[in-house]
Amino acid sequence: MAKVLMKGNEAIAEAAIKAGCKAFFGYPITPQNQIPEYMSRRMPQVDGSFIQAESEVAAINMVYGAAGAGARVMTSSSSPGISLKQEGISYIACAELPCVIVNIVRSGPGLGGILPSQGDYFQATKGGGHGDYHLIVLAPSSVQEAADLVQDGFDLADKYRMPVMVLGDGMIGQMMEPVEFKRNEPPKLPEKEWAANGWSDKSKPRSVVNSLYIEAEICSEVNRKLKEKYDEVIKNEVRVQEYMTDDADYVIAAFGTIARIAKNAANKAREQGIKVGVIRPVTLWPFPYDTFAKAAGKVKGMLDVEMNQGQMLEDVQLAVQGRVPVNFFGTQGGVIPTPAQILDEIIKMKEGK
Amino acid sequence: MAKTVFKKTEMLTDVPLHYCPGCTHGIIHRLVAESIEELGMQDKAVGIAPVGCGVFAYKYFNCDMMEAAHGRAPAVATGIKRVCPECLVFTYQGDGDLASIGTAEIVHAAARNENFTTIFVNNAIYGMTGGQMAPTTLVGQVTTTSPYGRNEQTQGQPVNIAEMLATVNGAYYIERTSVHDVANVIKTKKAIKKAFQNQIDGKGFSLVEVLSTCPTNWGLSPLESIDWLKENMIPQYPLGVTKDKGAE
Repeated sequence: MAKVLMKGNEAIAEAAIKAGCKAFFGYPITPQNQIPEYMSRRMPQVDGSFIQAESEVAAINMVYGAAGAGARVMTSSSSPGISLKQEGISYIACAELPCVIVNIVRSGPGLGGILPSQGDYFQATKGGGHGDYHLIVLAPSSVQEAADLVQDGFDLADKYRMPVMVLGDGMIGQMMEPVEFKRNEPPKLPEKEWAANGWSDKSKPRSVVNSLYIEAEICSEVNRKLKEKYDEVIKNEVRVQEYMTDDADYVIAAFGTIARIAKNAANKAREQGIKVGVIRPVTLWPFPYDTFAKAAGKVKGMLDVEMNQGQMLEDVQLAVQGRVPVNFFGTQGGVIPTPAQILDEIIKMKEGK
Repeated sequence: MAKTVFKKTEMLTDVPLHYCPGCTHGIIHRLVAESIEELGMQDKAVGIAPVGCGVFAYKYFNCDMMEAAHGRAPAVATGIKRVCPECLVFTYQGDGDLASIGTAEIVHAAARNENFTTIFVNNAIYGMTGGQMAPTTLVGQVTTTSPYGRNEQTQGQPVNIAEMLATVNGAYYIERTSVHDVANVIKTKKAIKKAFQNQIDGKGFSLVEVLSTCPTNWGLSPLESIDWLKENMIPQYPLGVTKDKGAE
């Protein structure tokens, strides 16, 4: 299929449909509105279901129901709406249901603003709702990658029976870029014997989708199994992109759209004779600790750049274990860092500031 | 040889119910289960348990089940029914779940005329958490969070769900019944079966509000509870059909 020019939000929606998403439940919030709008138009054409729910709380619980019944299902929102979904996400994680949740992050806290931000890193990667759980968190840096990761997200969700979050920002959602869908037909879905959609085969026990375990020993066992699964994900699913890190003296750590700006800054630095590379985690959870740890043995310093007050910074520091200095440059409130600003920070670091 | 005069429905599992002695949840469970069995829908049924005294309903109804977050059962039911229209989907919810934290979900499921069935058990109190005031608690009723009796000035007045949902344009069938005596148990069964039949016929959202007792948290004996329901709840919550588009 030829490349088409699409807005990020619309590419995300179309990618989901092409990956076999049969139901979408959402609620309007800027800057992700084109996802539900697109879904409301397309879902009836593919015999799927679209509901504009009464709230984000209802939307995520519709996801719980549809996922529990065995369908590929997605919801999308932006930061304040994702906060509302956290109750449902925790239940989905515990009940081990596959689904894709898209967060087109805007600035916060509170109502914040509608411009791009990365302020939801902690919420996405450290649990978000109550209890001990993780999501697989995928952070695209282009419209093409957003489409790819949505499709991969459905597969990962099914493979591990867990919710997957695609963490974009207002830039990814709103900008237009050429995109080619790597999958145009839904794959053959794995058999979901656990799904609660009618107990027709009496040779198997009936299905119960549940997250209530009153007895301590049983609840402990549920948690142990979740941990075992998360360890498997950590072992198998880390994705990271390295840019000119082979000979780098300095490394910029950045994710999502900011990593693209960081690459420009790295190019500019090299024009000035400073060897700079970029490490871009594609999976924010599981986090590529090893890549940063290895780099820490080779470089003189790292600069973590984010559109927040320093959230991924903590994971980078954890990986580096104090072996090299890790500086931080952050913008907030919807302000986007420029390559020139990042270059200035690199020069400061080189000068030991 | 002895003749079988009564057999428990296959739609209930063989585990002992956790409900308190004299609580009428058990009767309502049986009516729901019998209705599904008699309609031949056991293989297609997917029930949604609430948070509250009915939280373990997934252990009792012998069909596919999901356990929902507090108040969210109608949203979960919506998700299931939209991707599995051939399923017979029902929620079983109490008054804390449906009439307090879950009001948005039930109102909008009704507004969309979602084609599932809700069994709403109203006993005017939070049972599972130990007898706190519910939106359905009567004015003057003593609970652990209205120790001086529900004060209408500061704690408001009871929420009449069956009447309220009857005003929602999308809703298809709403009826309030009670299980305080045999005649009303029979009427309740009829209403529940009709609510399921409506779903099978593709008519849309049907809800049966069933008045129920809570001897433990009302501080009454089972028999006193029956009388209390009759004398106090029915005047506030009159029995009958509040909406039936099929009869219009």
